[in-house]
Amino acid sequence: MTAAESLDRRQLLKAATGLLTGFVVAGSPLAAIAQSRGWAIDLGALSSAEGATLAAMARTLFPHDKLDDVAYAQVIQAVDGEAQKDENTLHLLQVGLQEMPQDFAGLPEAQRVAALKKIESTTFFQTMRLKTVQYLYASPVAYAYFGYEGEAFSKGGYLLRGFNDLHWLPDVPREDSGPLPISG
Amino acid sequence: MPGAAHRISHQDENAVVIIGSGAGGGTLAHELTRRGIKVVLLEAGARQSTETFSQIPGEAFLQLTWLDHRTQSGDWGVGRDFPAMPVWHCKTVGGTTVHWTASAPRLQAWEMRAKSTYGGVANCSLIDWPIALEELEPFYEMAENRMGVTRRNGMPGLPASNNFKVMYAGAQALGYKKVHTGHMAINSRAHDGRGFCIQQGFCVQGCKMAAKWSTLYTEIPRAEATGNLDLRVQSTAARIEHNKNGRVNAVVYRDLQGIEQRQKARIVCVAGNAIETARLLLLSDSPRFPRGLANSSDQVGRNYCHQITGFVWGIFEKPVYSWRGATLAGVIEDEAIHNSARGFAGGYRLELCALDLPTFPLVGLPSGWGRDFAAIMENYRNISGMFINGEDLPRAENRITLNPAVKDSYGLAVPNVHVDEHPNDRAMRQHARQQMAKLFEAAGAKQTVMGPTPPATHNLGTARMSVRPEDGVSNKHGQTHDIANLFVSDGSAISTPGSANPTLTIVALALRQAEFIAQEMKASRI
Repeated sequence: MTAAESLDRRQLLKAATGLLTGFVVAGSPLAAIAQSRGWAIDLGALSSAEGATLAAMARTLFPHDKLDDVAYAQVIQAVDGEAQKDENTLHLLQVGLQEMPQDFAGLPEAQRVAALKKIESTTFFQTMRLKTVQYLYASPVAYAYFGYEGEAFSKGGYLLRGFNDLHWLPDVPREDSGPLPISG
Repeated sequence: MPGAAHRISHQDENAVVIIGSGAGGGTLAHELTRRGIKVVLLEAGARQSTETFSQIPGEAFLQLTWLDHRTQSGDWGVGRDFPAMPVWHCKTVGGTTVHWTASAPRLQAWEMRAKSTYGGVANCSLIDWPIALEELEPFYEMAENRMGVTRRNGMPGLPASNNFKVMYAGAQALGYKKVHTGHMAINSRAHDGRGFCIQQGFCVQGCKMAAKWSTLYTEIPRAEATGNLDLRVQSTAARIEHNKNGRVNAVVYRDLQGIEQRQKARIVCVAGNAIETARLLLLSDSPRFPRGLANSSDQVGRNYCHQITGFVWGIFEKPVYSWRGATLAGVIEDEAIHNSARGFAGGYRLELCALDLPTFPLVGLPSGWGRDFAAIMENYRNISGMFINGEDLPRAENRITLNPAVKDSYGLAVPNVHVDEHPNDRAMRQHARQQMAKLFEAAGAKQTVMGPTPPATHNLGTARMSVRPEDGVSNKHGQTHDIANLFVSDGSAISTPGSANPTLTIVALALRQAEFIAQEMKASRI
């Protein structure tokens, strides 16, 4: 780490208003790629309580039971980053949060769903839904969880890495398919 | 030499100015420059390369997409599902050929006689093309050769992917006969100095192998090599000017520093995609042409077509890994027929489709949340996808207009896209969705999910070719009816869309138009 990065990080920590923390579940897809078991995410615009409510909202919107909390916390980190840069976003989030039950994160799922259904037509809800989709499924944690392999150019494509390895259906006759461009 | 900047003076009255460097503009630029004609090519976007294409889907989207503000209205599903983004095309050198998925079928003869074939369909503005398929065939052949289209000219088909195996098995069960890995402008073997497809599945992010044809690394560098091309990137046309005789003579544009420039021109060819082509003609109004250029017929911007689309996803017990492999390499052509017994006019193709993980929930499932939504996502690796590409009917009121209430950063009105679906459009989509669901079930799907109509990628017809000037904007060469030295050189000129993905037709028309322009210049008629 360079001195400049270290300084930036210290400044960030000093400026942080909230914190989300957790532990990676042993044996989860994340455990294979995580650098350590514990994680902490600094928030610059949102408080810890606000962050925790939004993280619970993200999980209620897209409940993947075996997906680590860190994946949802990273969504809130990204949303917090937007709120730091744009006061309108921060305002939208804070006003929206006021319409949420205070103990939202602690409620059983059915009650969390009911609370979200009540605000489904609001800009706050729609914004959080879209941002959660955008960030949740684009993260390396999600790639690992869903088994998505991503770009393949750096590995020579999928030509020799399984693009045609489906064997639970018949192969396609040659006239409707085509030759492999190289012999594998 | 490729990449060399050949400078053409802003005062050069002999320059041909082409606006847009995609399938139409990029091809036309090459065809004119190789004939010794000096061309200024204005491109609103920046220049990327196989080196710079981002491999992060979200970044690639921002790198390549035309993101300038548009508004929309009308009852089509895109308005509900993608309110901020009616259309999805590119703003980069090479235009939409950088992100296209390279399906390159031909139109059929009867599709170019849509009005005669379909008879009197109410509430639409169908016309027959001013040319027959026979007149376009030699140019289709040239285009297919140049683009390396598979299953033509001895180019083998692409090898079947996992996703296509699912489509094929279902299609066999339904009795479909014309099912194969498509006529794709993707090299199934090395061709034309470009490598073969290594099945990356990142067609939409820009092909880092350059196996997929794009004007970015074929036509444009060849045009540069002639020494006759002046490509100006990040240069956005703002208006086309004319002289007292009503002939166009200059293009005003903003250069990459945002400074207004004025390029004199002998001929202007507009190829900015059907939205921006119509917008530019409308923005170029003058006392002599108060409704905009080439618009005495009031047809500029009207008859906007986008082809009927819509996804269906099949969820299986076992993995498909649909993202591995060329995105669109699979087609069923049996429904690309006109058979009024199906309850609608025109035909459609069923095409293979896969979306990467970040894009799938954004574009493939744009609404919903909770357990049902998450359950679909949990099956991501077991999902196979298809969509319909079908003919939509032109309507006078489906149109691009200037929205006076919303201005871009230069103070110019943004375009509004208005689409009300024709009952024929709905009937066709419904039929196709049922067929796709049946197909997936026949292949063993445990569940099928209806996806949305995505933002339109096939934007057509807004300055269409017509026999009668009152029915369109341009003649059978894409030359505007009103102004002899003003041409339409992109999908805007397409008279009716048919069911064929349009890029091959746009390229064939550009090849044909280049011959005409060169001949007319030689004869000093323009």
